[in-house]
Amino acid sequence: MKPANDEKALLQGLAASDKKSVETIYRDNYNMVQSLIINNNGSADDARDIFQEAMIVLYEKVRSGTFELNCQIKTYVYSVCRRLWLKRLQQLNRYSSPIEDLEGVISVEEEVEEHERRNAEFEMMDKAITGLGEPCKSLLEAYYLQKQNMQVIAANFGYTNADNAKNQKYKCLMRLKKLFFTHYKNGNSDG
Amino acid sequence: MDDITILETVERYIRGEMNPDERLFFENLRKTNTDIDQLVVEHTLFLQQMDRLGEWKKFRSALHDVHTDLADQGKINSVKQTGKAKVLYLWKRYKRVAAIAACIAGITTLMISALVWIFSPKTPTAEFDKLKGKINVIEDKTKEQDRELSKIKNTIKAPVNPIVYTTGGTGFIIDTKGYLVTNAHVVEGAHNIAVQNSKGDFVARVVFTDVKKDIAILKIDDESFKPYSSVPYSISKLSAELADPIFTLGYPRNEIVYGQGYLSAKTGFNGDTLSCQIEIAANRGNSGSPILNNSGEVVGILNGRQTNTEGFAFAIQAKHIYSVLDELKKDSTYQKVKISSKSSIAGLDRKQQVKKIEDYVYQVKVN
Repeated sequence: MKPANDEKALLQGLAASDKKSVETIYRDNYNMVQSLIINNNGSADDARDIFQEAMIVLYEKVRSGTFELNCQIKTYVYSVCRRLWLKRLQQLNRYSSPIEDLEGVISVEEEVEEHERRNAEFEMMDKAITGLGEPCKSLLEAYYLQKQNMQVIAANFGYTNADNAKNQKYKCLMRLKKLFFTHYKNGNSDG
Repeated sequence: MDDITILETVERYIRGEMNPDERLFFENLRKTNTDIDQLVVEHTLFLQQMDRLGEWKKFRSALHDVHTDLADQGKINSVKQTGKAKVLYLWKRYKRVAAIAACIAGITTLMISALVWIFSPKTPTAEFDKLKGKINVIEDKTKEQDRELSKIKNTIKAPVNPIVYTTGGTGFIIDTKGYLVTNAHVVEGAHNIAVQNSKGDFVARVVFTDVKKDIAILKIDDESFKPYSSVPYSISKLSAELADPIFTLGYPRNEIVYGQGYLSAKTGFNGDTLSCQIEIAANRGNSGSPILNNSGEVVGILNGRQTNTEGFAFAIQAKHIYSVLDELKKDSTYQKVKISSKSSIAGLDRKQQVKKIEDYVYQVKVN
């Protein structure tokens, strides 16, 4: 069993997207999750998807700053994966005998639901950006996601000057914002 | 300020890229211009969302990279499933489907069998029963036929091999070539005739019958029969006289039997002129026996007795043998039949006579 301090350091590393920390958590927990999934009617691909979802849950959680882990990372990841996998099985209408638990399980119902809501938002956003088509998609991604300088973007995309690129980006942004806020409002009223 | 510039300014404000003077100016603008303020709030939310999306995507791709790296380094179990793991996975995944499929297949099979059983015509068994019945009938018939056949066999066997003769009488030689005289009623309806005495057993056939006179002429038709050199007695043409002593030899049983007596009346039963009445012990099987007088002449053929009386019998007068022979000789085949007219045993005593005669007297067996 690892000292609690080590785990804390790992979580801090994870919050900062430190590659070493991510790798360590990944390496320490993946095989356990893969056994869980494969023993319960899943494939290795399913295991990878589920485990990565759980990693994102943990990542979002530590980034929110309010998270305090009251158990081992292992237990948390296992619990999330178990919950996610049961939901997935339900969606697929795939039969599964009751999962035999390899680890202690904690309740992660809220986290999973929040994660799903967030995932839905991100996916909607991603879809909206993709739906804009080129060059809007690449332009917006370059500026807002990769935080590239407008001059660089103009050069990369072949605009004669930055103003033209800005002009184009503005048009794209308006379209995206319209899509985003329409859905955001709908999503809120739905939620 | 056009919209593009406003947005750029808002973004710079949100990101904190303004210098303090600019920032103060813009915050004042936000307070006075609600549109700008609205835009700032809205865009802040949007940018936050975009940032988070960016991080989310980045983290996802980072996780993907980590996974690939770790898998390559062998620090986590390989993604690729091989051999047993794959089989196990497939089994785990599809065992339920397989179970359901097996159940359905089983039920279907049972149902089909049931349906076939229910709807298939029941006749085969019935037919089978019928066939069985038929076989039984045939069996019965066969048994019947067997019985029938064995019956027939028995009846056929009797005459053929060995011939069982059912009736019999007596006959005596009249010609050296094997002609015998007996009663017509002895050979009546005969299929097979055999004659037998101490000399042997010979097959014979009827060559002539006179039912009215009750005389039949037989001929021995047997290769083993050797013709006699002569016949010791003669056939009398005369009627015997009353009280003439007579004797006879016959086969009332399988042994030759001697009997003696006398002529008691010149006519036979109910005044029959063909025959005469003799006083002699006669039994069944004596029919056709020769009646001889003391001089060794055949005077009659014993042919019957009155049923309700004992001790006397009737004999056909021997002269009628001639008339029968005359009839027979009309057939050219039998013209050479010759009867000795002179007895060679006339002077001998009775014992000698009998000894000479007994070889010429046969048991006639008929069926």
